[in-house]
Amino acid sequence: MEALLAIVIGVLYTAGIYMMLRRSLVKVIFGLVFLGHAANLLIFTLGRITTGKPPFVAAGATSVVEPFADPLPQALILTAIIIGFGVQAFAIILFKKAYHTVGTDDVDKMNSTDRIE
Amino acid sequence: MYSIILSSTTRIVTPLLLLFSFFLLIRGHNEPGGGFVGGLVAATAFLLYLIAFGVLRVKRLLRIEPLFLIALGLLITLVSSLFGLFFQEEFMKGFWLKEEIPILGKFGTPFLFDIGVYFLVIGVILKIIFSLAEEDKD
Amino acid sequence: MNLILVLPILIPFTTAILCLFFWKNIKAQRIFHLSGAFLYLIFSFVLFSEVRTNGILVTQVGDWVAPFGITFVGDLFSAIMILINGIIGFATAIYAVGSIDEKRAQYGFYPLLQFLIMGISGAFLTGDIFNLYVWFEVMLMSSFVLIALGGTKPQIEGAIKYVTLNLLSSAFFLTGCGILYGVAGTLNLADLSIKLAELNNPGLVTVIGMLFLVSFGIKAGIFPLFFWLPASYHTPPAAVSAIFGGMMTKVGVYSLIRVYTLLFNHDIGYTHTIILVLASFTMVTGVLGAFAQTEFRRILSFHIVSQIGYMILGLAIFTPLSIAGTIFYIAHNIFAKTNLFFISGVVRSISGSYSLKKLGGLYKPYPMLGILFLISAFALAGIPPLSGFWAKFIVIKAALEVEDLISVAVALFVSLLTLLSMIKIWNDAFWKDKIDSESEEEVNQFKSMSKVKKIFFLSPIVLLALITISIGFFPEFLFSLSRDAAEQLLNPQIYIEAVLGKVK
Repeated sequence: MEALLAIVIGVLYTAGIYMMLRRSLVKVIFGLVFLGHAANLLIFTLGRITTGKPPFVAAGATSVVEPFADPLPQALILTAIIIGFGVQAFAIILFKKAYHTVGTDDVDKMNSTDRIE
Repeated sequence: MYSIILSSTTRIVTPLLLLFSFFLLIRGHNEPGGGFVGGLVAATAFLLYLIAFGVLRVKRLLRIEPLFLIALGLLITLVSSLFGLFFQEEFMKGFWLKEEIPILGKFGTPFLFDIGVYFLVIGVILKIIFSLAEEDKD
Repeated sequence: MNLILVLPILIPFTTAILCLFFWKNIKAQRIFHLSGAFLYLIFSFVLFSEVRTNGILVTQVGDWVAPFGITFVGDLFSAIMILINGIIGFATAIYAVGSIDEKRAQYGFYPLLQFLIMGISGAFLTGDIFNLYVWFEVMLMSSFVLIALGGTKPQIEGAIKYVTLNLLSSAFFLTGCGILYGVAGTLNLADLSIKLAELNNPGLVTVIGMLFLVSFGIKAGIFPLFFWLPASYHTPPAAVSAIFGGMMTKVGVYSLIRVYTLLFNHDIGYTHTIILVLASFTMVTGVLGAFAQTEFRRILSFHIVSQIGYMILGLAIFTPLSIAGTIFYIAHNIFAKTNLFFISGVVRSISGSYSLKKLGGLYKPYPMLGILFLISAFALAGIPPLSGFWAKFIVIKAALEVEDLISVAVALFVSLLTLLSMIKIWNDAFWKDKIDSESEEEVNQFKSMSKVKKIFFLSPIVLLALITISIGFFPEFLFSLSRDAAEQLLNPQIYIEAVLGKVK
């Protein structure tokens, strides 16, 4: 399972970086989304994958017995997903607005702020 | 685009979704659910309404600005986090009422926080959707 | 005591909520906004003096014990940054009331500025690496909207670069957090410091450190990663670029210092040499980039990059004196840089342009403005007896002590070029004759401003200039503070004991 996830994470990072280097704004957004997913999956994998062992303290015991699933990575991922959701939604609105104001979705043509008069 | 199938389904599904979102919110603390999921479901209800009837009808249905919902949600979360300070305890410490309230069950500051999140999520998502939908017109 | 530690977050949060409730009423928003910023200033000072007398303050949010819950920590370095944030936030609040147009105010400029201040304070105060990520996002989210607010074409183009690169940096940050949690099983900075030392695997820790270096490096604008900064910081209104140029990049520097003193201090020979090389390159590229520019704020933006180099240099040398120099430098630079951006806004309102080619002859009608500009510009370049001189002096002395002569040479050379670049702005904007003087009357918005508005517009500039001068004449106070803060930073044990209690 870890090996499969590692490959998926690697593919997502590669795809994300590749898409971010494209000239079209839409692909840049996809790149950002992929990178976010890749980071989330990475946290998920690194938090050790344990199936069917909830981190509950059994009746009468004082602590949890190993191995148990760590709930914290899920909390982290949930936070990261929510933040990613908000940021990506904003990015989509911004990029759409950019398409309307600048009149192109080619990143290379958005260079009016870089020109030296 | 007006579709009679979609619009008549929406009329039934929207209230159901809103009801379901309340259910998710209330059962949230100890079981799967909570403010965030509930807010998402409620926002989906409005989104479905928007797809069926258009932006203006949703705004009429909602009556208040999404921004007001955002502010309200933030205010509730702020108040819920301040209880710890009132009682000379740590910031954001959770407090629970001793007795259970009918329907709601156990009530305390984390639940209040969840309610704040619920409104905040509805507000934010509606704000995003409105600004995307309104730009489409021009 | 824990109340003082959360107030720098609660005050801007409450203010922003109040502003949101009064969305339509800009006058009420202004009042909330100003009083919020003023309260923040007061309580940041209270926090500062409290930390100074009583040492590190710690609060466990929600009463969850240290390595498990989120901790807020105020050590001397954080307290200094919070105090500076209070002063800059207050100055920007006043300046914004004088300079922000009605349209931007209607679209929520004031609440967004408060959210930004909240995010910055959170980043300074938190003692948890993932929480730092969350505060970064709060800060970034509001800065995204602030930079695009108004929706002019250059703003949108600048915003795209800003948003994309900062999101990339956040992805790196998140990856770093994930790996850290994977290897150490904790996110609390103090606990991480212990766990990473116990891990005994400097190679892996260095890799994680490099991830954070890239992430914070993008935010701080260090050498190969700074391109978004001069492409976007000159597009929004002057009040926004002032707080961005003053505070935002320094949050990146703050985080770099925090993680490289507390977490990644095991393989100093390797990591800090990389930072040292990057520092020199940052200084040189920044100042050379500024040379090519002919736009007031773009020159300033490139100088942000070059000044970041000095701060990173202090971190890279890693002696008590050099870290003290870095903190001194951050403090001095925030005041000088913010003030220069403020002045650029006034110049723009007088002449209707930021382009040096279109400016000119401002000294004759506005001599005081020229002098205020010179104070900040000379402070930036490091002319004695202004604040920049002492800042550069300490950093360079620290470099001399470890006999790093190349860095000394680079730093001196760059400060000379900085002076040249400031003189270029002075010559073009203030000294030379204006080429087409007819159009002046039409574009001069400054003259037609009401007296109250002018006071709002100019008083923060005077305030910051006074601070710059007083740091220059009485550097002893800030220097002893920086030295104490540096001592705390270089002895992570103090921080760890304050957070986790006396373990072992």
